[in-house]
Amino acid sequence: MSEMRNYTLNFGPQHPAAHGVLRLILELDGEVIERADPHIGLLHRGTEKLAESKPYNQSIGYMDRLDYVSMMCNEHAYVMAIEKMLGLEVPERAKYIRVMFDEITRILNHLMWLGTHALDVGAMSVFLYAFREREKLIDCYEAVSGSRMHATYYRPGGVYRDLPDKMPQYLESKLRKKEELKEMNKNRQGSLLDFISDFSENFPESIDQYSGLLTDNRIWKQRLVNIGVVNADRAKQLGFTGPMLRGSGVEWDLRKTQPYSVYEQLEFDIPVGVTGDCYDRYLVRMEEMRQSCSLVKQCVRWLKSNSGPVMSDDHKVSPPNRGDMKDDMESLIHHFKLFTEGYCLPEGEVYSAVEAPKGEFGVYLVSDGANKPYRIKMRAPGFPHLASIDEMAKGHMLSDVVTIIGTQDIVFGEIDR
Amino acid sequence: MKKLKQQLIKAFGTKSVNDSFNELTLTIDSSSVVEVCTQLRDDFKFDILIDLSGIDYLSYGEADWDGNASSSGYGRAREIQLSEKKQSNRFGVIYHLLSVSNNNRLRVKALLPDDSLMIKTVTGIWNSADWYEREAFDLFGILFENHTDLRRILTDYGFVGHPLRKDFPMIGEVEMRYDEELGRVVYEPVSIEPNVNVPRVIRK
Repeated sequence: MSEMRNYTLNFGPQHPAAHGVLRLILELDGEVIERADPHIGLLHRGTEKLAESKPYNQSIGYMDRLDYVSMMCNEHAYVMAIEKMLGLEVPERAKYIRVMFDEITRILNHLMWLGTHALDVGAMSVFLYAFREREKLIDCYEAVSGSRMHATYYRPGGVYRDLPDKMPQYLESKLRKKEELKEMNKNRQGSLLDFISDFSENFPESIDQYSGLLTDNRIWKQRLVNIGVVNADRAKQLGFTGPMLRGSGVEWDLRKTQPYSVYEQLEFDIPVGVTGDCYDRYLVRMEEMRQSCSLVKQCVRWLKSNSGPVMSDDHKVSPPNRGDMKDDMESLIHHFKLFTEGYCLPEGEVYSAVEAPKGEFGVYLVSDGANKPYRIKMRAPGFPHLASIDEMAKGHMLSDVVTIIGTQDIVFGEIDR
Repeated sequence: MKKLKQQLIKAFGTKSVNDSFNELTLTIDSSSVVEVCTQLRDDFKFDILIDLSGIDYLSYGEADWDGNASSSGYGRAREIQLSEKKQSNRFGVIYHLLSVSNNNRLRVKALLPDDSLMIKTVTGIWNSADWYEREAFDLFGILFENHTDLRRILTDYGFVGHPLRKDFPMIGEVEMRYDEELGRVVYEPVSIEPNVNVPRVIRK
């Protein structure tokens, strides 16, 4: 009999389970993975180079396009780096709005992860249910920033504008009957905060629905339990952060350990896993959604009872009032300078990190005193996660690679930058 | 953080430890990177390498108006502004470390001598350095000695140059299109002109 040899399989870059443009070169022994070599960079847009050529404020939009399912968290890290360098104080209300939207973003991201992960493993309906809830949160994005995905809502010194008093409603069309419309607009009668509050009341029920479909599901457990096991020491060695690190049993969450914004004032728990397999990471993320939901609730409560400015009044970084510009020379000059030249940061370097849904998203900013960054490096959480796929997939079956890609919550916008 | 600073000063000397914006930076000699990093991991419990990035100090402290702008845009006020802050070393590697057990962070900076772009790899100390070093090699051309798999990672197959170097043009050097006659994709020199919308200024 002739000797059996390993063979090489090309997976992606056009494959539904590759979550974007991942190209994997898999070396197989039968159906068992011997080596996985990811080829990345197919979505490389040179964000870091582009940001070097633009004033600080004009790069906020690039942050949305990094991890394009957790947009506002990326913005948060970027504006925090600028604020740190300028020593800029952010108004309390803006901080609460930011935290609320960070948590909404976390739910958005985890719903996306849950839907696609389940879809990859073979459960279709979870995807549909997850996107039903996602739609509502995307509407919140739209209400507050005018954009459903790429919000550019956070600015150095606060947020672009205060929360709207009215939640946009569905309009009548050929496809929607009047009675239907009434039902659809039922929770959109009040302000945005009312809508979010209504969402946060009902969302835990939706999570129960998802976990009802998955948590005790035999097929789901067969596909996830003991797949891609990473112990705590290896997780640290491989540079894991976020749910990937917590799934391996390390209690580490920047919101608790190095709190930023107003996380210190809020109450929440950090779920951690035990074995560090795909199933543990699934449970961790499911619990995180519940915690995020409770955080959103706490923020809504605070925001409803406290008003105030949402933007710093330092007009070197924030635009002056439109009305003031009509008869105040200084405001006009500030406006002109801000939108043509921008502002200069002091010379130096900072690193600012937030607990993004996927892990630690960091921005390393080097300034030589100019109105543009000298060097900016984005630390994407997915980058070291994907780098570890070789170790995680080794010895598993071909179909488990798909589970592992799913559990890593890969998004190419941030990995390729 | 103060305690960590004291410990670092004790171990590495006052001159190499710097504290700004509430962050600690340790500047080291590029030849001693493996020894220092091993010490940081074992004695100071920096168990995670959060980030590794290259940096190119070629035009540090240089403002525009010196000919970078396009001829049509800002030609009227060109004036060469040479930097006073010019660094003697052009390239550097920056490591961001995180200690989960002690809950602190540290930035380690290793500037490379001008005559060599070599620095020893830290993949043996933190395995996550693997891809980060490939990235720094790809974007800056920094060579990591003893790295087992130093291939390009983010740029195209067969890409020439190191795009994040300051002398690499923003618009790139080649563009790609599908050629109908040849029936394949062809690479050509870029046809667009560089354009600077907002000039780079430094104000004190």
